[in-house]
Amino acid sequence: MGQFVDLIVILALALNFVALAVSRVRTLIHAVAVQGIILGLLPIVMHGPGIHEILLSVGTVLIKGIVIPNLLFHALREVNIQREIKPLVNFIASLVLGAIGTGLAIMFSGALPLAAEHSGLLLVPASLATVLTGFLILTTRQKAIVLVLGYLILENGIFMFGLLLLEAMPVLVEAGVLLDLFTAVFVMGIIIHHINRAFDSLSTEHLAELKE
Amino acid sequence: MLLAMLILVPLAMAGIALVVPSDAWRPWLLPLAAAIHLGLVGLAIFAPELAGNTLSLRPWFELDALGKLFLAYLSVLFLICMLYAPGYLALRGERSNRVFCANLLVALSAMTLMILSQHLGLMWVAMEATTLATGPLLYFNHNPKSLEATWKYLLIGSVGIALALLGTFFLAYSAVRVGLESSLFFPELVLVAGKLSPSWLRAAFVLLFVGYGTKMGLAPMHTWKPDAYGEAPGLVGALLAGGVTSCAFLAILRVYQICSLSSAAGSARGMMWVIGLLSMAVAAVFMVRQRDFKRMLAYSSVEHMGILVLGVAIGGIGVYGALLHLINNGLTKSVLFLSAGNIHRAYGSKSIDKVHGAIGLLPLSGTLFLAGWLAITGSPPFGPFLSEFTIVNAAFSTGQYPTAGLFLVLLAAIFIGMGTTVLAVVQGPSPELASPDVSGDAKFRDGMRTGLPIILAMALVLLLGLYIPPQLDTMIRDAAAMLEVAK
Repeated sequence: MGQFVDLIVILALALNFVALAVSRVRTLIHAVAVQGIILGLLPIVMHGPGIHEILLSVGTVLIKGIVIPNLLFHALREVNIQREIKPLVNFIASLVLGAIGTGLAIMFSGALPLAAEHSGLLLVPASLATVLTGFLILTTRQKAIVLVLGYLILENGIFMFGLLLLEAMPVLVEAGVLLDLFTAVFVMGIIIHHINRAFDSLSTEHLAELKE
Repeated sequence: MLLAMLILVPLAMAGIALVVPSDAWRPWLLPLAAAIHLGLVGLAIFAPELAGNTLSLRPWFELDALGKLFLAYLSVLFLICMLYAPGYLALRGERSNRVFCANLLVALSAMTLMILSQHLGLMWVAMEATTLATGPLLYFNHNPKSLEATWKYLLIGSVGIALALLGTFFLAYSAVRVGLESSLFFPELVLVAGKLSPSWLRAAFVLLFVGYGTKMGLAPMHTWKPDAYGEAPGLVGALLAGGVTSCAFLAILRVYQICSLSSAAGSARGMMWVIGLLSMAVAAVFMVRQRDFKRMLAYSSVEHMGILVLGVAIGGIGVYGALLHLINNGLTKSVLFLSAGNIHRAYGSKSIDKVHGAIGLLPLSGTLFLAGWLAITGSPPFGPFLSEFTIVNAAFSTGQYPTAGLFLVLLAAIFIGMGTTVLAVVQGPSPELASPDVSGDAKFRDGMRTGLPIILAMALVLLLGLYIPPQLDTMIRDAAAMLEVAK
């Protein structure tokens, strides 16, 4: 069972690098959706099929794997943007930074002592690495829709860490977190729609009028 | 039951606001909902026996001492802003206010939920809901600039608060690490605070402080603030600067309460000290020669959020000072944002290149803007003077002379920096209404509906500077006692 968990976690890590390397927004949405789905399986894989675990898995796969990607595909069709062409840091450099970030995450989680039952788990370093990947995308990309995807990757990383604490997070709170995530993407989607109408482009470089 | 009503009544009123067809009548729901909310809060605090003594819906909700103070303050502030709303929205008849009204009420419900929650996860959900409910309020003007401000507010706010969720998990893990049962209920965490794993707890505080600090607008996570407050209608600015940021402060206080009972207390206080002073310094730098008077108010908010966490970091009577300052700052900010909103409306500009002589054109708003500036910069006899004095006093009496010195120097710098802009706005020759300088709403004059709520807020600021009612004093003392470190 532990090996299966590690396999999923490694897959999720690999998807981080896919997300850093691709320029086609469509591929990026697919990568983030797949990451959401495989992570959504983890509650059942790790803790067995209890009611709490099943609800969390189904909810996560539904929201992160189906609802949110569809929202984003819809936004993409409307705005007619296919690629992130002008990242502030190019794709090769992004990959290198991603690799460095993953290394740092492993070192950092080495400094935080884990409980005996969790020692040796890949989950904690992978979670931090995914959070850093999300940050990297948020800081180096310009297209509003890509930034939303960076936020989703960041959230996936946090979700991974949360798996160690299923008993502390009641189902209702988990549901609230997912609902907030959905609403956040929904509201951001509306704003993206308006950005596109106002500037005829989806790039946040136009959003630079407000400064000192 | 009473607690559930506090959360559900505004939510139900939001639903009503969505179905009321008339843009003219809908805004009156806002003061109505705010008055009902304030009535319920008063009942919960002063006559709990009438409500059947049910101030807790265990284990999820409880109105504890901190909650009482924050809820009472929020409810008063919200009512002041909502009294202003119908007059303001009547001037904005050109667009529908359906979403605007509904979102204001959802935000009230979410903030109340946040204040009442006793579970870190639930509190997080409520805080994020507050962000999402207030985001669209910024976009009320539907122009490219407000679009940019809304986008930054939503993205930076959501990312910041995502870090707070990671911090929440770290906090829970600090219990798992030492073999305790994991829990995210505050009362349980406070009981075991001394036993929690120190390294995880420290990491948790950093993430939670940065995360909720982003929502509070502490430097260097404040970058969304000038844009958001600059572009938002004055009413929304007042609500963000007084309400939403205060909720984020409450979240930090609750986490600090846990840390203060553990070995992480020192590092938590150190971090709050650094960020508090940094926020004041950043605000001082950006307020000098600030030409946009609404952005100036945003930096003033950065400054005062810094003062709040600094007061807690200083400790002792400083905690009392910080909690009192929370109220003084919020009320004074509502004076400043609402009067600035009136001036902006009349002139059609918020740059001091175009706006001058406001006191002649708008005698009431101009005077209140000036009085608000005197109050917020700590001039006697207004409330903020008293609370800032308490904080300085706490620093001196505990021997933290460098802190006290820096605090006073920064306050003086801000007084001068802010004064240049404020005086440029209110003084000088008043433009003719028909002149090309005045491109705003030519029909706008000071009136009762857009003036009285500001006078009410200003009167409260003055009152708090002269006399603190014993009930309020007790509430602040009880709340501060929760954060007192047993030395």
